[in-house]
Amino acid sequence: MIPRPRPERFRLRRTMMFMNAQKPGLIKDAYIYGCDSIMLDLEDAVAENQKDAARFSLYHALKTIDYGDTEVIVRINGLDTPHWQEDIRVCVAGGADGIRIAKCESAQDVKTVEAAVEAAEEEFGVEKGRTLLMAALESPKGILNAYEICSASERMFGVAISGGDFRKCMQTTPQPDGVDMLFARGQMLLAARAAGIQCFDTVFTNLDDQAGFEAEVLQNKAMGFDGKSLINPKQIRFVHQVFAPTEKEIIQAEKILRAYREQSVAGVGVFTVDGKMIDIAFIPGAERTLRLARACGRYEGDLV
Amino acid sequence: MEILKPAMAGTLESSDAQVTVEPGSDGIQLTLSSSVMNQYGRQIKATVLETLKRLEVTNAQVTVVDKGALDCTLKARVECAVFRSCGQSQANIPWGGAVR
Amino acid sequence: MINKVGRDIPDALLTHGREVYQGKNYMDGKYIQKASPRTRRWEKPVDTKVVGSLVQALKQCGAKDGMTFSFHHHLRDGDYVVNQVMAAAIEELGLKDLTIAATSLGSAHDPIADYIEQGKVIGIQTSGIRGRMGEVVSAGKLKTPAIIRSHGGRPRAIEAGEVHIDIAFIAAPTSDPMGNCRGIGGKSNCGSMGYAMSDAKYADHVVVVTDCLVPFPNMPASVEAIDVDAVVVVDSIGNPKKIASAAARISQNPRDLMMAENVAKVIASTPYFKEGFSFQTGVGGPSLAANLFLEQYMDEQNIKMGWAIGGICGPMVELLKKGKVGKVIDVQDFDLDAVNSINQTPNHFEMSASQYANPANKGAFVNSLDFVVLAALEIDTGFNVNVLTGSDGVLRGAPGGHPDTAAGSKCCIIVTPLVRGRMATVCEHVVTVTTPGDCVDVLVTDYGIAVNPLRPDLIQCLDRAGIPHVTIEELKDKAYSLVGRPDDLEWEDQVVAVLEARDGTILDVVRKIKPYDPNKAEETK
Repeated sequence: MIPRPRPERFRLRRTMMFMNAQKPGLIKDAYIYGCDSIMLDLEDAVAENQKDAARFSLYHALKTIDYGDTEVIVRINGLDTPHWQEDIRVCVAGGADGIRIAKCESAQDVKTVEAAVEAAEEEFGVEKGRTLLMAALESPKGILNAYEICSASERMFGVAISGGDFRKCMQTTPQPDGVDMLFARGQMLLAARAAGIQCFDTVFTNLDDQAGFEAEVLQNKAMGFDGKSLINPKQIRFVHQVFAPTEKEIIQAEKILRAYREQSVAGVGVFTVDGKMIDIAFIPGAERTLRLARACGRYEGDLV
Repeated sequence: MEILKPAMAGTLESSDAQVTVEPGSDGIQLTLSSSVMNQYGRQIKATVLETLKRLEVTNAQVTVVDKGALDCTLKARVECAVFRSCGQSQANIPWGGAVR
Repeated sequence: MINKVGRDIPDALLTHGREVYQGKNYMDGKYIQKASPRTRRWEKPVDTKVVGSLVQALKQCGAKDGMTFSFHHHLRDGDYVVNQVMAAAIEELGLKDLTIAATSLGSAHDPIADYIEQGKVIGIQTSGIRGRMGEVVSAGKLKTPAIIRSHGGRPRAIEAGEVHIDIAFIAAPTSDPMGNCRGIGGKSNCGSMGYAMSDAKYADHVVVVTDCLVPFPNMPASVEAIDVDAVVVVDSIGNPKKIASAAARISQNPRDLMMAENVAKVIASTPYFKEGFSFQTGVGGPSLAANLFLEQYMDEQNIKMGWAIGGICGPMVELLKKGKVGKVIDVQDFDLDAVNSINQTPNHFEMSASQYANPANKGAFVNSLDFVVLAALEIDTGFNVNVLTGSDGVLRGAPGGHPDTAAGSKCCIIVTPLVRGRMATVCEHVVTVTTPGDCVDVLVTDYGIAVNPLRPDLIQCLDRAGIPHVTIEELKDKAYSLVGRPDDLEWEDQVVAVLEARDGTILDVVRKIKPYDPNKAEETK
């Protein structure tokens, strides 16, 4: 039995890699590729008649395998299926860090899952509130209700768009410039930021189109996403590269934090760094930059 | 648990194991084949028997075709096959109880 | 007697001056008396040495019971010749007590297992042994222990007279009527014929077997007519699809790629990575993929590879054509890109197995190698590598050039996943030592890198480059934590195979395995 520490609601999640929970060879050590989170999938990757087998595999994987610092999230089956309640029981009993709610369309969906999670925590003697939630928005309705979904629960750490289903609903296909989902991504980002939670982009499924993948990741970063869902380990490196802060950003963040600590000791709230006015509102961003830099191996200092 | 009907779980892919349980009357009859028999045959046999014991299966014919599965996979396949044979694999699994 | 790698070698094997393994370079500077074959004079001019059948060739060469026949393995899993010759000798001529001395044997030779079981074949000398033959030998059915040698150890043993070849059979994609052979120009092309060369020079009789007779003279010849007694034309010497794969593609497996990238990182961190460096890599997934990442480092630092050797396949030919490697010297070809390039692309040359790897000659290429990247079935905490026996104790591999390149190179990198299925690749004790730990420098796995403590200089290189590494014990512990500690294999006393070190000393023996039977009542342990 590998005891996992209490999950952190806000942590680095640049990359979330999907893994079929039913495939023993895959789930045993997916963490070696260095993604921030792995997403063990009970939903689309698992055939309808193997949902039960996948849960047994998942339970023992969660209990036996040492995933180290890698976050372990489970994608459960939709609320319109007969599977989601047992999915939640096994996630909570096994000690998954978080649950991804598939096809989420309303705050009520989040609350429904939350109630089942709470019941399972009670049933299995798991610390109340331990199991985190995130929602996948896969329909126009989900996107339109993004803000109420994002703010539906204290357990919610993030929201993601699921491109495959969403594009079908919208009668479109992936476009090189991302125009097919530009508005949806934007709306979801707004909602997530307004609710103070993280926001993740969908998978890029054409593994042979590296240029297309890279363009999409660059756009994700430019739009302000926290990270991206992935289907193959070979996609991890580029995302980490793109989401890594630049040398300039790191130096700037260090200066801000250093100055803030010095000034706050002296009781000063507003000060300047390189001629730019800085106050406490800059601090979380600077801290985030340095934490990211540390995760990328670019920062070894002690400010965070 | 009582094995009511034949049931199977798992695949013949590398790192997996295919477990079949059938009703039996004379204790546990285990037929085991494994791609790692010489090094892990004893451990596989012990894991399978322990798992059956925890599920309180006392009479069954059990066939395990192991393709190098880890212990956690072996347990999962045995449990799934047993719960399927009783028609109870879909809900209310005793996670952390008999399944652990 | 316990040897330098801790293996107990039965005294009964230590006759005729045979010694146990004493460490790397133990034989350096010693003298050997080379053997010479007894060969027939072909003084009277003839137009052709073509004979009607294998049986006729066998008769002409005085084939009789107890002889040693040799073969090369350039036709790999597509080879028909070993089976054809042995069938002619045993089934048509009724010969028995034969020994097969092959450069390697594979799953193409499953029928030979029957001859072993019938007692017609009583000796096997080879680098590789797999498939059914591996199973019957492991089960103790071969009358004498198989002798396993590396690609360099074999020509050494032949030249020293430890293997005396009565008749060498040379499978040849093309031959002229006098016996000048080449590996290209026919319908079953294999490219280099490097492994056949010593056989032709040191055998009493040489029979060429071809499926494509070409006009005299077939030049430049890999095996020359001056050594050939007979030429036999058969319908087919092998299955071209299995002789050379279409094109060795670089693995897309993310695990392989991750390991390959780390291999390239390690290489680039050492002082040997400079203009003109030399390199050999295996053709396994991560080994071959190392080419790709190495090229990136070469471009970045604007350096070129001086030369590459080994079994060659497409990606290396590609580097040659791009001008990123000066010369490719080739003992064997694995894919059609390499087959079609040898002796065609400028600076792509053929070499013999002796020139490649023989530790007893005066200039084997392996001794000038900077880097070699190799795979392993198992590697233990003493960095000893096993590429011969599965972790279930059954023969299913080949030392090949592994021990030769490891011993000769300045930096030998083993790349392997930590576990395969439930088998721990990094383990406490390998089943069989095929490459001694004192020849192995770095281990790259999917769970981390370990450097042999015998190489503090390389540890420094990695540290300077900021490449994280751990001890090999940590990797072994991680492996066992994943798959469980394997039970010790159980053996009978009977030795089924003797593993010769490349210098001719005895490195290890393989005994008959006692399989575990789950239905037998458990003995209390």
